[in-house]
Parts: sequence; structure tokens; C-alpha cells
Amino acid sequence: MEFFSQIGAGVTNGLAYIGSLASLGGRALYYGFAGPFQGKPPRLGSATSQAMEVGVRALPILSLITFFIGLILALQSANELAKLGAMNLVAKAVALSMTRELGPLITAIVVIGRSGSAFAAEIGTMKITEEIDALETMAISPIHFLVTPKFLAMIVMLPCLTIWANTMGILGGALFGVTQADFTFGRYIQTTIESLYLRDITSGLIKSVMFGATITAVGCLEGLSTGTGAEQVGRSTTRAVVMSILLVVVVDLVFTGVFFFTGNR
Amino acid sequence: MDKENANASPSTAAISVRDLRVSYGEREILHGINFDVTRGETLVILGGSGSGKSTLLRTLVGLEKPTSGQVWIQGKNMAAISEAELHEIRKKTGMSFQGGALFGSMTVGENVALPLREHTQLEDSTIGIMLRLKLEQVGLAGFEYHMPSQLSGGMKKRAAVARALAMDPEILFFDEPSAGLDPIIAAGIDQLILVLKKAFRMTIIVVTHELASAYLIADRMVLIDKGNIVAIGTIEEMRSSVQPRVRQFLDRVPEPDIEGELDYLQTLTEEYRWHR
Repeated sequence: MEFFSQIGAGVTNGLAYIGSLASLGGRALYYGFAGPFQGKPPRLGSATSQAMEVGVRALPILSLITFFIGLILALQSANELAKLGAMNLVAKAVALSMTRELGPLITAIVVIGRSGSAFAAEIGTMKITEEIDALETMAISPIHFLVTPKFLAMIVMLPCLTIWANTMGILGGALFGVTQADFTFGRYIQTTIESLYLRDITSGLIKSVMFGATITAVGCLEGLSTGTGAEQVGRSTTRAVVMSILLVVVVDLVFTGVFFFTGNR
Repeated sequence: MDKENANASPSTAAISVRDLRVSYGEREILHGINFDVTRGETLVILGGSGSGKSTLLRTLVGLEKPTSGQVWIQGKNMAAISEAELHEIRKKTGMSFQGGALFGSMTVGENVALPLREHTQLEDSTIGIMLRLKLEQVGLAGFEYHMPSQLSGGMKKRAAVARALAMDPEILFFDEPSAGLDPIIAAGIDQLILVLKKAFRMTIIVVTHELASAYLIADRMVLIDKGNIVAIGTIEEMRSSVQPRVRQFLDRVPEPDIEGELDYLQTLTEEYRWHR
């Protein structure tokens, strides 16, 4: 009995958490998209600098990681494909895995590490130094002031980063294709383009928008629910990273399922 | 208890608190607080650590929700007003936080200008003039391009006061204005509060445990202990009070040895709560 009630409590807590995330995300996006019609435009300057931080500054590390991932994918698939004598399928394998799955996912994980944690730390620190309270007493909504710019930055930058990640992954695969598998660079790219449908790319990009929203909501919610004391900021940051990774994978599963069952395979 | 003020109608007082109870979870922090603050008055809320004075202040500015009772600010019941009305009241009140609570990513000038930028349609040049005026008022002229991290503790508090003054508030709240400052700087902050009181006739609420500063700035004082008001009155009334708890606080008598285990545990958990 005890066991079942614990499961029940766990499920309830989980659902309540997701409810809070949705509520925070909803309010942030309300300020972002309905605000301009009510004379309260979102703080675009802040959104731009966040986009710079979240997106542009992530490029070097993201490029390196996804290039290697593309190379690894090519190596792994070549192992099997060589036995079938179908080395020309390496390009297709890399292209499909990157655009549909690994591009968005690896991007999300890099962004969680760089920005999801930073959101939680920034907002958590502001919470313990009473800066969030100060905003409230000045009749400035902390969500409008802090969360909305981050949301806008993330849902714009994650798809951009994902496109970049896809490209770098394919280039990584091309390195293998050209050096180990009788491709010329031109033919590798040609084969990649021929094996991709637009749907492969857009499904990945739709996922990446959802990942962006998830990461921001978790990072900001964890920051805002920081208790008092410096060690609580550390705890919030850790929780933000762990919960973001978990929820990104869940969101990934849900959307992959949706695309699987709705797609004309 | 000051009879005349306690019976004043909530609509004429700047702030009225009626049977206010506040709890954190299961534990009640304030057990039914009643007082009024008339317009233009400076009320100092005194109390030791864990007495509930900070919770009282946070409830007055609407950062904590009462479990029962009401806070009336300028004739409006804070619990029964719309969000828009709450915003209007908040624009007319200013709060200076204990650590300043300046935004670290903005310059001092941007911090002070923030309420003006958010709530008014003023031009940048006008805002620039106003923020320099506010900084001058608190003795920080010329620091508008400094980052908060470049300021000393006392300067941060002054900058926070300037930000609280930005919207020309009618009511100003101070949380521990002199905590963590050396005596000279603390005296400077007291002087600043006196100037604000005399020159702008603001209603000022100060939470502190510094007796010297309380005697200097207060029109009336409230002494809070364990979530209850022990005494309320003018400086003379407090000084001549014979209540043991008032005497103990004003004469700085250390707490006698803890009597029972229950009291001891309660003291422990209160300390723990406050420092957590």
C-alpha cells in the first residue's frame, strides 16, 4: 500500500511540475506575443543579448561536438554497411540520424549545459539577493522582465543552432566518406541532399523549438524556486540541468512518436 | 497601544494593519498584528532576530500573503484589489532592501532609471535628468555609470534608496537600512531618512534592530517579539515603559538562561528558520 501511495505521490508531483512549467512558459509567451498589443512590448534588447549568449557564443563548442558526432555516426554505420557492400549508404545514414534526431538532441544538450544552467544560476542568485522581490515591489513582472527575453532568445536560436549542428554533422560524415569510402566531397553532399526529405529537417527543427521552450521553462522555474542561501543556487542549477535533460528526452520521445504515427513513411 | 491611532478608519491612515496573521507552512510567524501609520509619519519596527519584523515588512509590501487579517494601504485592502490596482499602489511605494538588491548587470543609473523606463513614457533625456537628481539626493552624484559591484555597502544602499525614490513614492519602506554598515556610514543613512521625512513629508516605515538609529528617526516605534506587538508608542512612551520585554530590549539586557526545553527548542528552530 505504502509503495503505491509513493508512486501516486511521485506521479502527482511530476504532473504538478509539468503544470508549473507550462504555466510559466505560457505566461512568458503571453508577454512575448500579446504584450506588444497592450503597450507592453517584450524587452527586445535583452532578448537580443540573450540570443547572442545562447546562440552565437555556443557555436564553437557546438560545431566541434557535432562534427565529431557526424564522424562517429559515419564510422559506426560504415562498420555494418561495409559488410553489405553498401558504403554509399553512409551519407544517407549520417544525414538522417543528424537531421531527425542527433542534431536537435545534441544541440539541446549543449545548450542545457551552457544556458539552462546559467538561467537557473542567474535567476537563483537574483532570488537570494532579493532582486526578484525588488522587481515585484517596483510593479515590474519578473516574468516579463527576465523570463520572456530568454524564451524568445531560445525558441529562435535553438532551431538556428540545430541547422548549424546538422551541417557540421554532415561535414563530419563527409570527412569519413571522402577519406575512407570512395566519395568525392561533391558526391557526398549530392547523396546527402538526395536522401533527405524536407520533412526530416522540419521535424528536427520543430523538436528543437520545443526543446528550447522546455530548457528555458525548467531553467527559469528552478531559478525562481530557489530557497534562501548560496548553496540553494547550486542545487537549483544542478536540478535545472538534470530535469532539462530528462524532459528534453521525454519531449523528444513524444514528438518522435507523433511524427512516426502521422508520417507517410 | 496608541488608542487614537488604533481606532482610526483605514481610509484616512497611510497604512492600516488589522489582525494580521502570517504563516510559513504550518508555523505561524505573526499572531494577529494591529497598527496604523498616519500620513507623513515615520514608524520604526523594532525587534530581535526571528521576531517576525522582516516578515511583517514583507507582508506590508505584498511579498508575503497573510493567512488572515488585512493590510490596508492608502485606503485599499491589499488582499481584495485587482492586479492593476496593486501595480498602482506599488508605483506609489518604494522599498529599499537590506542588501540593496540592485541589478548586477545594470549600471547604477540604469537601476535607478528602471522604474521610470517601465512605468512612464518619459523621454530618455528627461529620465537622465531625473536619475541624476535622485542620485544627487542620496549623495551619489557622478556614480551613474558605475556598476553596483564597484560600490561599497553604504553606497549600494544609497543607490537602492535612489531607485526606491525614482517614482516619487508617497510611502517608503526600509529593511535594515544600517545593517552591516560602519557607524559613520550608518549615521549618513539615518540623515538621509531624516531629510526624506522632513523635505518630502513621506510616510516612512523602517525595520531595524539598531536602537540608536530608531531613536533618531522615529516618530513612533513598534516593538515586535515572537510575532506579537509588545509595545507601540512615541519614543518617550517607549522610554518610560515599564513592560519587562520593552525594558529588556531598550536596555539591551541579554536573554536570561533558557527556562524549559520546549522554549530552547523553539529558539533553536526559529534561528534555524531564519538563517536557512
